[in-house]
Amino acid sequence: MFIQVNGSERDVPDGATVTEMLAALGVPARGVAVAVDGTVIARTNHDQTVVPDGADVEVLTAVQGG
Amino acid sequence: MDDPLVIGDRQYNSRLITGTGGATNLAVLERALKASGTELTTVSIRRVDTAGGTGVLEVLERLGIDPLPNTAGCRTAAEAVLTARMAREALGTSWVKLEVVADDRTLLPDPVELLEAAATLIDDGFTVLPYTNDDPVLALRLEELGCAAVMPLGSPIGTGLGIRNPHNIELIVARANVPVILDAGIGTASDATLVMELGCSAVLLATAVTRATDPEAMATAMRHGVIAGRLAHGAGRVPQRFWAQASSPPR
Repeated sequence: MFIQVNGSERDVPDGATVTEMLAALGVPARGVAVAVDGTVIARTNHDQTVVPDGADVEVLTAVQGG
Repeated sequence: MDDPLVIGDRQYNSRLITGTGGATNLAVLERALKASGTELTTVSIRRVDTAGGTGVLEVLERLGIDPLPNTAGCRTAAEAVLTARMAREALGTSWVKLEVVADDRTLLPDPVELLEAAATLIDDGFTVLPYTNDDPVLALRLEELGCAAVMPLGSPIGTGLGIRNPHNIELIVARANVPVILDAGIGTASDATLVMELGCSAVLLATAVTRATDPEAMATAMRHGVIAGRLAHGAGRVPQRFWAQASSPPR
């Protein structure tokens, strides 16, 4: 299925959970936060939350700043 | 010296809080952070690129420094609240340096959006450290909301103009029951000393170190500057006099 990740279209397995999506994207699960369609997904729910087809996903991490 | 900085439920020996922005690379940053003696350091939250992490968290972990996520770049309460919630999931901390700025030229805090974001985040269980104007009234309102500290600016972010209104900072300190952390505007070590002499509990700075010609040396200077100012504040300075007063006996 295709989803939007940080504004770019990406192909991930159908019915992927957040954890599976991150693995498919090659993003390390540690130190990142995920929002799906504007809702922040708690880290403890990454294994259970299924990413819907066509979802708008934001994946954020810590960078130098402040 | 047993004189810890107490913020919320944490204690720190260092009264210097640093930022990580502006360093040319991570090796320079790591040496500067180490030289500063800091135990709490800000990071920003941004989209991951395809390469994944940026390595800044690994540096902090190696040095035993707590990360303090900020909401830099946010213009509205809604953006800041979302960024803080993302930071909590990414870093596993409910501490946030709350920053809601009004525009790109001044980067001055927007007090209306700041108060709204602080109230929402405190309700949501966050430990909120707000970057605020040098406004004694706003500082008090933030404390009344339940902020764990207040962080007035000395001058606008990145200007290095020092403390433009020392009296306002003293007014904020005089009424605060939470730590006052001067955040933004520090240019050199004497600015950090002045901040502590005015009675602030800590100093937060980034640019003054990371963009100095020799960040490691400036970080060392800042560490000593903060310690000197803290000691001087507690030591009871002599009154200022118009006329000379001999310090040697007359004969």
